[in-house]
Amino acid sequence: MSVLAFAEVAEGKIKKASFEAAYYAAKTAELAGTEAVAVVLGAASNEELASLGAYGITKVYHANDARFANFDSKAYAKAVSEAANSFGASIVVLSFNPSGKLLAPRVAVRLKAGYIAGAGELPIIEGTKLTAGKNVYSGKAKAYLETSTDKKVLAVSPNSLSPVKGSGTASVEAFSPAVSDADFGTVVKSVDKLTGSVPLTEADLVVSAGRGLKGPENWGMIEELAKEMGAATACSRAVSDVDWRPHHEHVGQTGFTVKPNLYIAVGISGAIQHLAGVNQSKVIVVINTDPEAPFFKAADYGIVGDAFEVVPKLIEEYKKFKAA
Amino acid sequence: MKILVPISKVPDTTSKIAFTDNNSKFSTDNVQFIMNPTDEWYALTKAIELKEQQGGEVVVINVGLAENEQIIRKALAIGADSAVRVDFDAADAYQVAEEIASYAKTGGFDLIITGKETIDFNSFQVGGMVAEFLDWNAVSLASVLTVEGNKANVTRDIEGGTETVEITLPAVVGATKDLAQARIPNMKGIMSARTKPLTVVVPTSSGALTKVASFELPSKAKECKYVQADNVGELVRLLHEEAKVI
Ligand SMILES: Cc1cc2nc3c(=O)[nH]c(=O)nc-3n(C[C@H](O)[C@H](O)[C@H](O)COP(=O)(O)OP(=O)(O)OC[C@H]3O[C@@H](n4cnc5c(N)ncnc54)[C@H](O)[C@@H]3O)c2cc1C
Ligand SMILES: Nc1ncnc2c1ncn2[C@@H]1O[C@H](COP(=O)(O)O)[C@@H](O)[C@H]1O
Repeated sequence: MSVLAFAEVAEGKIKKASFEAAYYAAKTAELAGTEAVAVVLGAASNEELASLGAYGITKVYHANDARFANFDSKAYAKAVSEAANSFGASIVVLSFNPSGKLLAPRVAVRLKAGYIAGAGELPIIEGTKLTAGKNVYSGKAKAYLETSTDKKVLAVSPNSLSPVKGSGTASVEAFSPAVSDADFGTVVKSVDKLTGSVPLTEADLVVSAGRGLKGPENWGMIEELAKEMGAATACSRAVSDVDWRPHHEHVGQTGFTVKPNLYIAVGISGAIQHLAGVNQSKVIVVINTDPEAPFFKAADYGIVGDAFEVVPKLIEEYKKFKAA
Repeated sequence: MKILVPISKVPDTTSKIAFTDNNSKFSTDNVQFIMNPTDEWYALTKAIELKEQQGGEVVVINVGLAENEQIIRKALAIGADSAVRVDFDAADAYQVAEEIASYAKTGGFDLIITGKETIDFNSFQVGGMVAEFLDWNAVSLASVLTVEGNKANVTRDIEGGTETVEITLPAVVGATKDLAQARIPNMKGIMSARTKPLTVVVPTSSGALTKVASFELPSKAKECKYVQADNVGELVRLLHEEAKVI
């Protein structure tokens, strides 16, 4: 028996979210009294693969097959399920990231496994029963889901754990899953990455602003604060709807869900649909002129004040803090 | 082109969330139910747009009891041609997906368009499961979808950007925002919805694989700590020393 982590690579590098999945798998293996192994599809150096050991993975099964260069949910599901079956995994752990969200349910069907999507904490394991908590109702409540199937699949919500990096290295073994060319039905035509900024859904720190900023010309200070902090920028829907900011920055019920360590909301009222996308952030700071703004109810720290005065001061103070 | 759109019923976002029976059941008191927003605004309307461009048929399917017919009628009013309801109070997504897949097998569909996730369980699994039951290609988080012959071009969200892929049909596509322009049912649609076919199908699925052990509400509202606007340095100190996030 073992716990199998799926680690996704992009351009030869293991994704940050996959290191978290690996760590989650290792911790789950500890609870189950077994070891954690990982499967990697596509090209990556041995050094990169071995680095999974720092998060508790003992062995990496590597399918170094060029056909896996791009994510294909159907072919990947076959390969990951085969790995689970061949290497005796009773629990498969993936990240609940964009690819994992599609891959995990496919793997669950292939393995006829109970699947817990978006687990936010380590599971509780009692005999054959596994229980894990996840946020439901857009973060307004939590549900504990349980499954007792022989095999189980868990997808861990990004930024749920703070993985602790150790010093181990994993051994690497070649793996040749039985996938045929016909299993690959997805061809990547183009990739449009936002360059120069931190990807929003992966960011640890997010600086976000809303209609309180009055106009797109006033975003300079938000971008400067984000740049100083190494944060991603986000916005409310009200602002992307009128094209003050690009759509890929809009967070909330109809936009992205983010879960950073720190979410700074400037001039955003805190409508329930906005909160749905951000209320799982670890710490929320709200800057708003209106002391009655609903966002303060979801905030950890608040400043009642004018963004045009507070944000420049915050940039200055942050610079001082960094220099100290 | 024949398109199947699975639609689900969820509590309106502004509903107060509460639980009964020792925190084991969602309390439906004073809760208004709606069609899951991404299903209605993006999945269904994209299917209708494709049909308008290329001809074909749009069928909506819901796995649920008779009380769900209210949202099914709305989908017909928006423009679906016919509807199927699998008369089953499914216990998990696996059962829902099994029902949808077994119906899809009977119908000669080219495309299934789901919403990305439901806003109650936020579990994002039915689409992927349906694809696996059918052994079809799938793409989720789709914000652009065009179809030409048996190929679809889909733009999907990835970390920090988007990616455009070509997939061979039949396929399952999971809709996210901007896939289509939301539509409001008009009078003609509402009238014609009454006479469009709604077939009730008996369930065939096997047992559920997961269950909800219990629910929990956040223990208490967060206590906001205020910092004076002329003392911003204090905020930086708190974020570093107390919250330890910078
Ligand atoms: C079905 C549905 C789905 C939705 N989905 C989303 C979603 O995904 N994401 C989302 O964000 N919204 C969503 N909305 C919209 C949401 O309800 C709000 O309308 C929106 O979030 C408001 O944006 P805002 O806070 O920027 O603007 P406003 O509500 O106008 O708030 C502006 C805030 O700025 C403050 N302010 C003004 N001047 C200053 C200043 N100088 N300094 C500091 N503060 C100042 C004001 O006090 C106010 O609180 C949705 C709505 C619906 C109906
Ligand atoms: N009971 C249901 N009946 C039909 N379709 C459903 C049902 N539940 C979920 N779906 C579809 O599956 C998508 C993803 O739901 P979920 O996996 O539950 O988050 C939804 O957006 C719907 O398109």
